[in-house]
Amino acid sequence: MLRYLSRRLLGAIFVMWVVAMLVFFMMRIVPGDPFEAMLFDSGDPAAAEELRKKFGLDQPAHIQYLIWQWNTLHGEFGFSIYGSHQPVSRLIAEALPRTLSLAGLSFFLAVLIAVPAGIIAATRRNTGADYTVTVFAFIGLSMPEFWVAILLIIFFAAHLHWLPAIGYVPLSEGFWPWFSHLILPAVAVGTGFSAIMARMIRSSMIEVLKTDYMRLARSKGLSQQALTMYHALPNALIPVVTVMGISFALLMAGAVVVENVFAIKGLGRLLIQGILNRDYPLVQGTILVVSAIFVFSNLLVDLLYTIIDPRIRYDK
Amino acid sequence: MSNSTIDSSASATSRRQGFTQLRKLVWRDKKALIGTVVLTIFLIAAILGSLIAPYDPNGMDFDMMEPPSWSHPLGTDDLGRDLLSRVIVGAQVSLFVGVSTVIIALVAGLVLGILAGYLGGWVDHIIMRYIDLQWAFPNFIIAVYLVAVFGTGLSNVIVAISLAFIDDFARIARGMVLSIKEEQYVAAARTVGVSDIRIMWRHILPNAAAPIIVLATVSVSYAILGEATLSFLGLGVDASTPTWGLILADGRSFISRAWWLGIFPGLAIMLTVLSINFIGDALRDFLDVRETTAVD
Repeated sequence: MLRYLSRRLLGAIFVMWVVAMLVFFMMRIVPGDPFEAMLFDSGDPAAAEELRKKFGLDQPAHIQYLIWQWNTLHGEFGFSIYGSHQPVSRLIAEALPRTLSLAGLSFFLAVLIAVPAGIIAATRRNTGADYTVTVFAFIGLSMPEFWVAILLIIFFAAHLHWLPAIGYVPLSEGFWPWFSHLILPAVAVGTGFSAIMARMIRSSMIEVLKTDYMRLARSKGLSQQALTMYHALPNALIPVVTVMGISFALLMAGAVVVENVFAIKGLGRLLIQGILNRDYPLVQGTILVVSAIFVFSNLLVDLLYTIIDPRIRYDK
Repeated sequence: MSNSTIDSSASATSRRQGFTQLRKLVWRDKKALIGTVVLTIFLIAAILGSLIAPYDPNGMDFDMMEPPSWSHPLGTDDLGRDLLSRVIVGAQVSLFVGVSTVIIALVAGLVLGILAGYLGGWVDHIIMRYIDLQWAFPNFIIAVYLVAVFGTGLSNVIVAISLAFIDDFARIARGMVLSIKEEQYVAAARTVGVSDIRIMWRHILPNAAAPIIVLATVSVSYAILGEATLSFLGLGVDASTPTWGLILADGRSFISRAWWLGIFPGLAIMLTVLSINFIGDALRDFLDVRETTAVD
């Protein structure tokens, strides 16, 4: 187990290193310079040159890379080229809790809806309930997250005035302010995920309900509830965890998009604005952190298997 | 010579039977029927585009932010542009990006996957390391990374989305090749002295087709969602081309006063994607493909 873990950890770090390097060099190969865009109005080449020097962009790419990598290993991501030149590590530190609480809340909401919906659809197969769940799952899967976000803003914020349309309040300022700002984005992010999971749980439950041990449990005269909750569900959840793992990554991707609709200054908003401004240090730093989240959540899911399904072992 | 004649006539018959079955399926399966009808409507809109659009999609007017009415069925935007015309023309870019990216990803992915699976060895090793790298991230995030590198614009978006989908196709193709490689008919073909390329083209590809068709269909819907999202975020096509994502981005600041700007373009995206998903699901049942976990 320990050997497996260390091998996977090394692999995860390697993936991050390769991604960071690819992004670093490819951004520099592609023509276009952040300062050209920035100084478009004043058009002073000397000022641009000075800024280039200040941010070390006048150096050859491989020197820049070595400096960047050295700093990154020391937890320094450099300074944002744009705006007030804030340290990228501080921007990321501020953004990270916002993105994680958004992804976390939407995960919770999605599971809350998808698990019962999937169970009901599977146990009452081919009834009206099953049909409803299936149709809703299809619709949920077909709506882009940002559009769900727009619909929620139109309805709950602009029309009913129940909830704020934009912004973020940290949890430390109270549960309700935090929750009221985050619930609409969380629903927008979680809709597609919930649809995928409900479908998975349904089909996986249907498979399990057909098995011999379920027939045996039924013939022992167990109640429907005991059958579903203690025999079928735990077994049906094993394949679902795979999808949860992939889909947690999807939640993060969704958060990246939805943050931009609700003006939540999370990782996604940093990334997108960094790209739009060609803010190299910001984009590199954000991509590194976002990639780390993906790579380690993949690893976490693989480890979760061993807990959920004791038949899986990684000793070899 | 005689061999290939028999071969092609047999495949023609089976193809004809396939089409008959497919037609039956469309009529029997309600989802497939609805999906085909809705998608056809959007396809016609995309092909005819500005011919059937009632107004010039970029033509400004003093009728600004008018709610839906007889003269403007979906209302007008903040610059007085007719929303229906913009949505119709927007279908063009969305469907073009959706289909072209999947074709590119399909061809490139198949080549990579078949090469990796059939040749094995170091070719397999290198290709698989790259695919594993992409596999660690959702397709949309890969596309965002690539746009970060290449920059925005229609052609860059197409490159970014197609590259993002390559790993799905390569992986499935490689898996198929590995399982088929050991089949007797492939061994037989090799014994007779058929070349590697011909074996891949004539024997392996047709037998790997079913899951790849399903994946390709579903991928079109994800590609459309991806393009819409990129455009919405300002990372997509340039602002002069009306695409569904861009129309929504333009209308976003006015949705509290003009709900139609936030509803209709999104509805177009949803209906298109939904109909493709319906068709994909029917195909999956029809071709008897186990549900894959390629959800992004």
